[in-house]
Amino acid sequence: MSEPQSAPSSKPAAPQKTTRRKVLKVAAVAAAGVAVGVGTPAVLNRALFSGRPPRWRFLTDAEASLLDAICAQIIPTDQDPGAREAGCVAFIDRQLVGAHQRFAERYRVGLAALAATCQALHAKPFEDLSSAEQIKLLEKLEQGQAPQEHWKIVSCGEFFHLVCDHSMQGFSGSPRHGGNKDYVSYRMLGLEYPDIIGQNRYGIRS
Amino acid sequence: MALPHVNAVIVGAGAGGGIVAKELAEAGLSVVLLERGQWPRYDQNNDDELVSQRTPALGNPFGPDDARYRRVIANADGTTRIVVPSQGEYNNNAGCVGGGTASYGAMAWRFMPQDFRLKFTYGEVEGSTLDDWPIRYEDLEPFYEKAEYEIGVSGDHTLNPFAAPRKKPYPMPAFPYNKEGQIMVQATKRMGLHPFPIPMLRNSVPYNGRPACIHMRSCVGFACPVNAKAGSHNTVIPIALATGNCQVRTGCVAAEVVVDDRGRARAVWYFDANDQPQEQPADIVVVSASATETPRLLLNSKSKLFPNGAGNNNDWVGRNLQGHGYVGAWGLMPDETYEEAGPGATVAICDFSHGNAGLVGGGMLANEFIRLPYLFAGVRPPGEPHWGKAHKDFQRRYYKRCLRLVGPIQEMPNFSARVSVDPAVTDHWGIPVCRLSGSRHAYDLQLGEFLSKKAEAIVKEAGAERVWRGGLGLGLSGGQHQAGTCRMGDDPETSVTNRFGQVHQIDNLFVADGSLHVNNGGFNPVLTIMALAYWVSDHIKADWKASKFRS
Repeated sequence: MSEPQSAPSSKPAAPQKTTRRKVLKVAAVAAAGVAVGVGTPAVLNRALFSGRPPRWRFLTDAEASLLDAICAQIIPTDQDPGAREAGCVAFIDRQLVGAHQRFAERYRVGLAALAATCQALHAKPFEDLSSAEQIKLLEKLEQGQAPQEHWKIVSCGEFFHLVCDHSMQGFSGSPRHGGNKDYVSYRMLGLEYPDIIGQNRYGIRS
Repeated sequence: MALPHVNAVIVGAGAGGGIVAKELAEAGLSVVLLERGQWPRYDQNNDDELVSQRTPALGNPFGPDDARYRRVIANADGTTRIVVPSQGEYNNNAGCVGGGTASYGAMAWRFMPQDFRLKFTYGEVEGSTLDDWPIRYEDLEPFYEKAEYEIGVSGDHTLNPFAAPRKKPYPMPAFPYNKEGQIMVQATKRMGLHPFPIPMLRNSVPYNGRPACIHMRSCVGFACPVNAKAGSHNTVIPIALATGNCQVRTGCVAAEVVVDDRGRARAVWYFDANDQPQEQPADIVVVSASATETPRLLLNSKSKLFPNGAGNNNDWVGRNLQGHGYVGAWGLMPDETYEEAGPGATVAICDFSHGNAGLVGGGMLANEFIRLPYLFAGVRPPGEPHWGKAHKDFQRRYYKRCLRLVGPIQEMPNFSARVSVDPAVTDHWGIPVCRLSGSRHAYDLQLGEFLSKKAEAIVKEAGAERVWRGGLGLGLSGGQHQAGTCRMGDDPETSVTNRFGQVHQIDNLFVADGSLHVNNGGFNPVLTIMALAYWVSDHIKADWKASKFRS
């Protein structure tokens, strides 16, 4: 494999600075989730009473770490930034309490299933596998060939395709949703940004 | 308590409803135009691919929203599931003033004369409810022309030898071909085919007080920041409002057409923007809510004489749901084909629209609209990885070096492809939702195979290094081109409305949208929906003069 090995202790990007306003915002989002019957009181509790402000809106730190390792294989970093630099986990986390709320439970169950699968097959966390091992396991998921006992609630194929699709959204979509940080994917494609009304085609920026 | 009586209430401010509102308001009728969505705003979601009508990954910018709307998909095995508008299976059409015309790609096709007489031209197709329209192309021709001039179309019919006969040229000159279009023009000409510029409901020059196109890459799926793209929201509806006779009520969701015991439409029940129920009495009711929402509203309108829904005594409301299976071919090119200019679809051929040996119908082929990055991330040849290093390499290498030629096939109507209302599931307002069931007719696969092979040959001729075809599955067809569910016809036993869009046996209830289509042509349907809206309006105005609707 020519791509760099993912660092064994890879963790999500450094915690963002948290302000009182941000905590309240997280609480408000969680409360809205509760109001429509999808969020869990645990999310609210974690936000308000853990004494430590949460890094993520939906994911636990452990889930975010695992998801980050998956996303980094779906869109690896090479000469151009990948899912990690684009902030795909931040994008997905944000959407799981927003537009993708209906997938939230599938993430919770699927990430746990992958962790269990990995323990059963390799006796260590996914994040600690070599890059080649990670790819091999993800291919198994994609093809629906992971051991079935861990994937009774959500199928491994469905889970993988969900994460794959959402990673592409986070990488390629507008930065306003939390991914594509600094327009990394537009830069990679040579796509002009921002799209200036009526001007880009005349080469004003080139 | 009922609201003050008006002459006409129209449900749905899209391509059809906007035109009917303008025609009736200009004729002096008092009109209320109900629209479930809002006025489209460009600035909320500009250049945001994830919130576009084309790839609504995070929701539809022009509605409907995922929170309040849902539908039920009924599978062949008896299982059902609930879907929301941002999911493909919902078969969404936009919900805002302008409907789909606020954010469409704006191709402005006239159907061909044969499209109105498919059964006459080709004979029966086994298992299909294929039939001829009760009207001919010649009946609709003046109304196509009216749509082209009042909404505004750019094009050049002289370059298309298969073009339907017409009396006047397009009001605006055609758009030039883009880079991809030029490649296709050369390839098709070498093959003896007949390329020509796609007619567009988009200003190539300033027209009707709106400026010329500025070629945003975020065009199809988005609203136009300068209103160069013409829809009902920036043409006919403002004219209707200027008469002083028309009121547009946004955020209003129709629940039922009230039909009295004598079989006359009396009013429309709806929920207003504050979710309060309202009753709007009228002399005439026109339903133009799309080929899924129109049958839903009729089916939810039960009365003494129509216990199974308005106009549904013969079980034809909601039947024959059609859309357009899109087939074609992708090609990967040695050199750049990309231009930072939308909407990108510039060239078409009609060589395969009709007269294909041994086949019924056919389809137009055109070069594809501009591909934005998330959409292209899902485009890969068979066997090519959908993630990982190789996927990223492909994205980098071919984003600006690809071609696509694609077109809608003429679908064969299938009686079991169906919109009904679900017995249990309701929306935010408690109104029973659409239940979609059935599949497309198997013949579509044969036609799709034929047309995609033609596209493949052209893309190869264009010099592509690698070419692959895209075909169809048997799944239900509908989507933004949805049509056919309230068929017009002369025989009340096998249709829902007469040739004027007037629901059989309910003289003051009309349909004016794609639901009327007997079949959906091998073309984008919007100009035909617009022409039919003018046609239906013409009939309403003539009857109005004779005071037929007063009782």
